[in-house]
Amino acid sequence: MSGQTFAQKALARAAGLDFVEVGQVVDARPDIVLSHDNTAAIRRIWQQFGQERVLIPDRIAITLDHAVPAPTTKHAQNHAEIRQFVQEQGIRHFFEVGRGICHQVLSEEAIVLPGQLILGADSHTTHFGWLGAFGAGIGRSEVATLWATGELWLRVPESMKIVLEGELPPGVTAKDFALRVIGDLGADGGLYMSVEFHGSGIEAMSLESRMVLPNMMAEFGAKNAWIAPDAKTVAYLEQRLKRRLEIGDWRLGAGTHSPLSSLQSLISNFQSLLSDADATYAAIHHYRAADLEPSIACPHSVDKVVPLSAVAGTRVQQAFLGTCTNGRLEDLAAAAEVIRGRRVAPGVRFLVIPASSEVLKAALERGYIQDFVEAGAVIGVPGCGPCMGNHMGIPAPGEVTISSANRNFRGRMGTADSEIYLANPAVVAATAVAGVIVDPREIGE
Amino acid sequence: MFITGRAWKYGDNINTDVIFPGKYTYTVTERAEIARHALEDLDPTFAANVQPGDVIVGGRNFGCGSSREQAATCLVYNGVGAIVAVSFSRIFYRNALNNGLLAIACPEAAAAIQPGEQVTIDAEQHVIRCAAGEFAFPPLSASVMGIVAAGGLVEYVKRKLAAA
Ligand code: SF4
Repeated sequence: MSGQTFAQKALARAAGLDFVEVGQVVDARPDIVLSHDNTAAIRRIWQQFGQERVLIPDRIAITLDHAVPAPTTKHAQNHAEIRQFVQEQGIRHFFEVGRGICHQVLSEEAIVLPGQLILGADSHTTHFGWLGAFGAGIGRSEVATLWATGELWLRVPESMKIVLEGELPPGVTAKDFALRVIGDLGADGGLYMSVEFHGSGIEAMSLESRMVLPNMMAEFGAKNAWIAPDAKTVAYLEQRLKRRLEIGDWRLGAGTHSPLSSLQSLISNFQSLLSDADATYAAIHHYRAADLEPSIACPHSVDKVVPLSAVAGTRVQQAFLGTCTNGRLEDLAAAAEVIRGRRVAPGVRFLVIPASSEVLKAALERGYIQDFVEAGAVIGVPGCGPCMGNHMGIPAPGEVTISSANRNFRGRMGTADSEIYLANPAVVAATAVAGVIVDPREIGE
Repeated sequence: MFITGRAWKYGDNINTDVIFPGKYTYTVTERAEIARHALEDLDPTFAANVQPGDVIVGGRNFGCGSSREQAATCLVYNGVGAIVAVSFSRIFYRNALNNGLLAIACPEAAAAIQPGEQVTIDAEQHVIRCAAGEFAFPPLSASVMGIVAAGGLVEYVKRKLAAA
């Protein structure tokens, strides 16, 4: 028997089987089911099942993040309905307005662990591959089904391996790498696939940089994306899991004699879910970090990727730093580094929206928020902000936005007749200063 | 199961933001209103002119982007009979089938069908008929076909829970 991929092992585990083949359809039982502002709509579907209680409330995680604080009465009603559901059903993994974006918050709270299956009513649930979990997006009816029955059909995907060797050059980030891959292989280059990242370039990356890759793979058509957990991942989780143990989460074995040691064994058990060296891949792509450069995705498709130099000089009216892709501390640090002591260009709005309250707090402590405000930036409430066009930074018709987000479809930010360029955080900040797309290494004093 | 209607043909990477804009996802909840916004940013003539049974024809990666289920239901509420595309984005594909909307990946038919022409789909025989001829497509797995035949996942689960 040849080796197995992570996807095979993780879905076998979730389906309670010893072995699954690629292409097999299994009934999988996710460890966590994610939803956000769409929870009220999911509840209305679930109510059709006539149940009074959801099957396993502790497997449900809900974050209010997509339109927060509520911009209209209707949005407020939507949130109120969700709070009522949370209370009725005794859902403990619930995060209020202002805590942050679902993928960031569930990562910070260590609610998902290596090897686990998380299914979410959000396309970027692929995000959780950064910590070695199997994360996949599903629809609202499917989440309602999971609340009611705990299981859902999934097809075991083929796997694709993307190898990055060497360390990224200064000024080149995980975002540039992700854009390059999508630009090379197309927005459907990883359709239905489990995309695995391997190589010394991935090992060298900070955890925050790693998070960008599985997140962006939603734009590649991937079912899930995966990075092998290592000592860095385990150290991150350990620190955060201690907090969870204090609140007595049963899934961690709290209540047993030694919760921390069961935690250790939990983590080491997941070592058995790593991809085997002789696993079969549908495709393998190799990249050398030294060959990469800052990349930009042009309107209106994420795979219209060019080197930054090709669009340098393009005028923008708005620069947006934030989202689950690039709204973390390291992203704010890179942008603050660029903008410190400079001013946002006349005629440009620079929106900075930290991905979570934890990121905001750390950015305050380090003075980044001060840097942004002094430069003339606008600071927003942790959450999705204008990423999907709900509020807080909708462009006017004809305007151009440069954004650190993951998606630049026509109308994505709420206005069909406007353009979105996607870039890494330092490029977004430099562009805010210059008023035109520019390489941060080239802006003057 | 026969589906007959006119073809509405679009290109590659038709994404969920142009099928059903994100700004409506938490506030627009009425069926008729959801239907009215279908394909708003792609083809403003669609919602007013689509007829029950009409078939949407797409290129590669149809439905890419968000997981929002309204991207499928806004088409169902307009009476769209089926979608034929070169390939589908996976969450959209699940959402379509889970709402009883046939999503058929058939590159040959997707290329051959011309805008506005009459298309007939025979779901039992797995054949698409159009002016250019007949195109066969692979059948869905029995369990997924069960979901479509039940009218969607919610109906399917209701029956399963009632039987348990
Ligand atoms: S930040 Fe944007 S991409 Fe991320 S979860 Fe929110 S809306 Fe989706």
